[in-house]
Amino acid sequence: MSKITLQDLSHSYLQSQNKDEDWAIRNVNIDWQDGGAYALLGPSGCGKTTLLNIISGLINPTKGKILFNDEDITKKNPVERNIAQIFQFPVIYDTMTVFENLAFPLRNRQIPEDEINNKVNEIAEMLELTSTLNNRASGLTADGKQKISLGRGLARSDVNVIMFDEPLTVIDPHLKWILRSKLKELHQKIKRTMIYVTHDQTEALTFADQVVVMHDGQIVQTGTPVELFEKPKHTFVGHFIGSPGMNILSCQINNGSVAINGTKIETSNSKIGTSNFSKIELGIRPEFISFDKKGLPVKILNVSNTGKNKIIETESDGGKIKLIIKAAEKVPEGSAFLTFKKDYTYVYGDDWIIEK
Amino acid sequence: MNKTVNQKAWFFVIPVFVLVAFNAIIPLMTVVNYAFQETFGNNQFMWEGTRWFKQILVSERFHAALGRQVLFTLIILVIQIPLGIFIALNMPKEGIGVPICLVLMSMPLLIPWNVVGAMWNIFALPDIGFLGHSLNAMGFDYNFTQQSGDAWFTTILMDVWHWTSLVVLLSYAGLRSIQPAYYQAAEIDGATRWAVFRHIELPKMKKVLTIAILLRFMDSFMIYTEPFVLTGGGPGNATAFLSIDLVKMALGQFDLGPAAAMSLIYFFIVLTVCWVFYNLMMRNESKS
Repeated sequence: MSKITLQDLSHSYLQSQNKDEDWAIRNVNIDWQDGGAYALLGPSGCGKTTLLNIISGLINPTKGKILFNDEDITKKNPVERNIAQIFQFPVIYDTMTVFENLAFPLRNRQIPEDEINNKVNEIAEMLELTSTLNNRASGLTADGKQKISLGRGLARSDVNVIMFDEPLTVIDPHLKWILRSKLKELHQKIKRTMIYVTHDQTEALTFADQVVVMHDGQIVQTGTPVELFEKPKHTFVGHFIGSPGMNILSCQINNGSVAINGTKIETSNSKIGTSNFSKIELGIRPEFISFDKKGLPVKILNVSNTGKNKIIETESDGGKIKLIIKAAEKVPEGSAFLTFKKDYTYVYGDDWIIEK
Repeated sequence: MNKTVNQKAWFFVIPVFVLVAFNAIIPLMTVVNYAFQETFGNNQFMWEGTRWFKQILVSERFHAALGRQVLFTLIILVIQIPLGIFIALNMPKEGIGVPICLVLMSMPLLIPWNVVGAMWNIFALPDIGFLGHSLNAMGFDYNFTQQSGDAWFTTILMDVWHWTSLVVLLSYAGLRSIQPAYYQAAEIDGATRWAVFRHIELPKMKKVLTIAILLRFMDSFMIYTEPFVLTGGGPGNATAFLSIDLVKMALGQFDLGPAAAMSLIYFFIVLTVCWVFYNLMMRNESKS
């Protein structure tokens, strides 16, 4: 039960680091509030698992500090940190029964046997494992095994944080949903800090109150699912979250106003002076674009119908633009004009949002 | 879809059948033939029924050889399996050390049996062999050609040197297949080193260890060439294991009938032990 703070955290798996790419984690600063449900979202290889293993103490960071409740625990081992971690592949002790599996972390900590009994029964109840308690754990299905991994984390009543490293990878799709809602429910019941690592945006957005998006070893944005959707702070967040992702278009800035090849575009953050960025881009989600009588001229390339909506791919002077309209709406033939909702249109300089 | 019936496919089985016939069925049937008959050469046979089997089963000589054989096999299993696991646990897991260790470990396995026997014979000679000479220089009265204890010691040492690597390599392969998450989870659960070994490493090595024990049991139970070259079964009959005794009986005394009966009993023992052992080890596997 504690607040977790990461300070100027960097980690590299190499002996010497010369360029940005040598770092698996770069300058991570973040506070995880006590009792929060967080998702750590990013593509494979972005450093999510490394960050998780640093928090749990399986990896010592090259630079920076980890604080639990403002106490520096950077040098402590996983046992002293008192955390729980659930891995991608269910880890169970084959030789033991389900009961012994759940009791294992408690027995290692020399907790009295009757207390262990109560605790294990309580956890088994919560995870619906009671009927299998005396079975050998090796005979269970993948989701049953993953529940045991989870149970071993929950069994200790005082863990600081429970971390999940893509825990549903090997679970059947129809069970994924059940297990995910179980996790959400558990979080509400036990109010313990949970960090959930995933590359699946649906998993992240449904589980977490706060989503932390990672890209190339950096945290690019932390926010609620709505914030990430409505105001991505980095172009990566824009196109990683959402389906299809945000349109990123090349644009020009003249006298503080943004234009795509002469067509002026109103944006929510266009009050920009001179730009000293090497790359200026405009971001707009497909959901906030509509056809109009005037605006940005485009050529229609492709229309795909998803049943409820139509996704239309168009070509403009700033690049390809996708937009989503209701299935019932008519799509113009050949060429058309698009308008963007001003409040959801942003200008990005070198991939980062330009704040007013 | 209808399958076409084409009995010509049986022709493809013929080569395998011929091979198996020549290297297993025909020799085995020859032995069976000898085991129930008496012969004085010239391809003349007389029916003897089960006489040779009865004779072997009550023979003190057979009991003694079998006793030596069981003792030898037990000793080398008790040494080689734990030692092999221990070495595998301590082998490097990454870096240049891995190929070096693997090559070093494979080396004894690549040496032909009779060469191993000859090497150790010379190595252990009390006067000029490095091992024998050193032991004597240290004050031990060591002479494997005359003292049966020393002969046993040398034979076991030789076998440990020759075959522990096999256990090491199999165990190492088993250990390498364990996901790092298991170790990480155990670390977080606060498991001791012994608990990690007992509850993670040993269960994950179970299958390869079963194979290792089976192979080591069969090979050591049938050991012939190395002790034959090293001690010739001596001094006296001290290291005359089953196969050495068998060859003495068959080719030394030319008692083909009893030797054939002994071969079949020998074969039956190996088969039974392997079958029982394998089923014991695997009895829980089918469920998961």
